[in-house]
Parts: sequence; structure tokens; C-alpha cells
Amino acid sequence: MVASLLLRQARRILLTVLLGGLLGATLVRLGPGFGVDERELDSRLSAASQQAIRAERARDSNVASFYFRYLAGLVHGDFGFSRSLNRPVSELLAERLPLTLVSLGYGVLGGVSIGLALALLTVWWRAPGADLAPAVLSGLCLAAPAAVIALVFLWLGAPSRWAIALVVFPHVYRYAKNLLVATSQSPHVVAAQAKGLSSWRVLWAHVFTPAAPQLAALAGISVSLAFGASIPIEVICDTPGVGQLAWRAALDRDLPLLVTITVLVALMTLVVNGLADLSLAAWKPGAAE
Amino acid sequence: MNLKQKIALVVLVVACAASLGAGWMAQHSYAEQSREFISVPPSAQFWLGTDELGRDRFARLLYGTRVSLLLAPAAALLSTLIAGLIGGAAGYLGGRWERTVTAGVDLFLSLPWLFLLLAVRALLPLNTSPVTSVMITFLLLGCLGWAAPARIIRAGTRTLVNSDYLVQAAASGVSRWRLFWRHLLPNLRPILLAQFWISVPLFVLSEANLGLLGLGVSEPLPSWGAMLRELENYSAVLQNPWMLAPAVLLVIVVSCLQLLLRTEESVAC
Repeated sequence: MVASLLLRQARRILLTVLLGGLLGATLVRLGPGFGVDERELDSRLSAASQQAIRAERARDSNVASFYFRYLAGLVHGDFGFSRSLNRPVSELLAERLPLTLVSLGYGVLGGVSIGLALALLTVWWRAPGADLAPAVLSGLCLAAPAAVIALVFLWLGAPSRWAIALVVFPHVYRYAKNLLVATSQSPHVVAAQAKGLSSWRVLWAHVFTPAAPQLAALAGISVSLAFGASIPIEVICDTPGVGQLAWRAALDRDLPLLVTITVLVALMTLVVNGLADLSLAAWKPGAAE
Repeated sequence: MNLKQKIALVVLVVACAASLGAGWMAQHSYAEQSREFISVPPSAQFWLGTDELGRDRFARLLYGTRVSLLLAPAAALLSTLIAGLIGGAAGYLGGRWERTVTAGVDLFLSLPWLFLLLAVRALLPLNTSPVTSVMITFLLLGCLGWAAPARIIRAGTRTLVNSDYLVQAAASGVSRWRLFWRHLLPNLRPILLAQFWISVPLFVLSEANLGLLGLGVSEPLPSWGAMLRELENYSAVLQNPWMLAPAVLLVIVVSCLQLLLRTEESVAC
């Protein structure tokens, strides 16, 4: 059961990543400004050098041939060469990916922890108006663009990775709160309360644990949200990560860089979603279907 | 509708009315430069002061609100229509159509929304006229925002297709078109409406993010995103806190939209 799901997930991930890369390459190829290289205006270059630049550009003008060459290179660990930054893409990623992964790790873990903790507190502490502060805070974070949250962090001089947590947390809080409130009203919870179990035990064993698989599925959504938020946050806070690289690649129409980032991001999101589905299937067979 | 939602509705109506009456309320045009009043504080003449080009911030805020509040719903309508068409057809026809649409939705959703938006926006011309840039920005939001709603609409359509009354109608010999228009579509309306309302604040926020990254509406046309770019100058914000007005208004309007959405979300899930 889990093995077949694993196989299906792997096939889906592979196909989606390949299609995503092709889509990215096609869009860049069709975009205005493609094929224009400012090096051609450099009068210091000889006619032969300029001819070589044009030939290099012409090779990439066919999307299909570019993409097949790109995939063949990928198999050998060659991600291509970034023209805008004049460096191999693998080098750029090796330099920037760790920083973004650490930020995403902090952001996702921080956001999920804050969201879950506040949701649990809201369900446990049932006094009227108990959820007012978390609701207002999550509402504010949900209503502010990620770029504005980044600006606030920039003004305060706070680490930008916590800005990602503030973007992730309201989504987790709202989903987790609704789920936990719904679970806490189910008959088995009422029966456990009637038997006189302590409120913490009821919350942990009878509310949180049954809802855990659905909460685990939040991980996939959180990673996607966090990466999306990391783009404006890294640009505004001037953090040299992959988010900032994606922004520069898009503005400079740097085809190899943009395709690699698209493939990488799609792969990351799909793998995390796939892992969430697998954990759900292992926990509750049939639920992931 | 509870009290909070009623207040939210009033705030939204006031914001919409003020933006629509911008020509009447503002004393200056959004693009008019008063060279003798550069970066002046609020006064009777300039209610929110002027920017570094001597333009009236209050007029720019009203016109920017108009751009965001009129075009975000238009983009939401477009994305809901596309989602309804694609998701509805996939759920209704099933089989190969459904698998293809699901693969397309998976592909779109595997890329973070803002990354997708940024990549596609950057590929379109950046040095266009202000009106064209507004159209490009919001058309892009409408054309790219269909994937998540399409998935929900497909699931909703599937449930309806398998419902007793539709099976009975099909068994009675009702044609596929009549089945779709007369029996399926009216029952999909609550889901379509919910998806429309969920998309509006999402698109308002997306425009603001794009604007702050320099990929939104071009100058001199104001939008919330373009006005937020001023906030990057921290020392200026400290000296002129009224520069925060677009950010405050944006948060208030989106909060009001979120409050009104509470009832719609129950339909969407």
C-alpha cells in the first residue's frame, strides 16, 4: 500500500518537475528581451567574439533543444551557466541554498510551532475571548503582504528568517484551530470528558493525536508558503539567498538560472507534500487517497 | 452577519466610496507635481502631505485604492471563471479530462504563488505605459490564480455529478448540456462565489508584493504596492509617519475582507 503510493508519488513528482522546467524554459524563451545580450554592444570585443556570443544565444533559442541539453547536463551535475551573474548555476546555488534552507527551516518550524501552540491554547483555554489575541495577531499577519512584514523586520533590525515564520503562522493557526475545535466536539472527546479525564490528557490523547495526520499535511503547504514569502523578504532585507536569486533571474531573464530554480522549487514542494501524504498513509491507511 | 462583519462591511463601503469619489474628494490630481511643496507634512491643502516629487499623498492613496479595489475583484472574477470552466469541465467529464486537469493543477500548485507570479510578470514587458502595466498585472493575477479554485470546483462538481438528483435527471434522458446549465451550474454557484471572495484579498496582497518588488503598476499611476515602495526609506518613515497610511489602509481593508470571508470559507472547504 505504502510502496505503491511511494511509486505513484515518485512518478508524479518526476513528471511535474520535468513539466515545470519545460514550462519555465518556454516562458523565458517567449518573453520579450530574450536573445538580447548587452555584451554585443561592447566595442572592445572582436567580431569573432561577438559571433561566438551570437552562436551561443542561437543554441538556446530552441526551447526543446535547450531543455534536452539542460536535462542531459543535469544528469552529470551540470546546472548550466548564469549569464547575468557570469558564474555556474551550481556554484550560485551551493552558495545561496544553505542560507535559504536555514531561513525556511526556522520560518516553517517557527510558524508551525507558534500556530500549533496558539491553536492548542485556544482549544484548551475556553474562556470567552481567549482566542482574541491570537485571532487579532493572525488576522494582522494575514492581512499584511510578506513584503511589508519584511520591511518591519528591516526597520527593527530583526533576523529576516522570523519574518517567514510570521507569514506561515496565521495559516497554520487558522487551519489547526478549526481542525482541533471540530475534533474537540466529537463524541469520543465528550465521552472522555464525561469520564473525568484531565483536560490536558483529553487535549493531547483525544484531540491532538487523532488530528495529527491532517496537521502533518500542513508541512507541505507551509514550505510552499515559506518559499513564496522568502522572495520579497530576501529582496527587501538584502539576504543573499535563493529567493533573491530567483528575483534577479526573473528580472534578468537568465534562462538556465530561472529553469534550475523552478525545477528546484517544484521538487522541494512536491517532495515535502509527498512525504506528508506518505506519513498520512502510514498513520491512517487509505486517508492519503 | 455578526457585528464585526457589519463593521467590516461599512469600512469597505466607505473605502470603496472614497476611492470612487477620488476626483471630488482630492484637491489635486495623483500625478500633479507641486515643486514648491516637496515632502511637506500634512496640511489643509495636502491632507497626508506630499511625496518627494511634490505629489499629493492623499490623492494618490485614493486613486491607488481605486486601482486595487476595482481591479482585484475583476482579476478574481477572471480567475474564478477560468477555474469554473476548467474545474467544472474536468469534474463533469471525468476520465482523461480530469486526469489532465489534475496534472495541470498539480504543476501550478507545485510552484509557490509569488514565485510563479514573479517569474511570469518579469517575462512580460516592464517599460509599458501605466495603464498597460495595470492591465498586465491584474490580468496576470486573473490568469494564474485559477489552479487552487479549479481543484475545489472539480471536487465540488464530482460530488454533484454523483448526486441522486443529477443521476435521476440523466436517467430521464436530459441532454448533457441541459444537465450542465440547468442542474449543475446553479448548484455550483455557492462554491464559485466563495472562490471569488477568497481570491480578492489574495490578489490585493499579491499586487502589493509585486509593487514593492518593482514589478507592479508603473509610475505615475498609484497603487497600494507602488505607494508602499516609499516605506523602504526608514529614516523618512520615522520623520513622516503619515507615509504609513497606504500600509495601514491595506491592512484594514484586507482584514475587513477576511472578516467577511469567514462565512464563505465554510462553503469553500
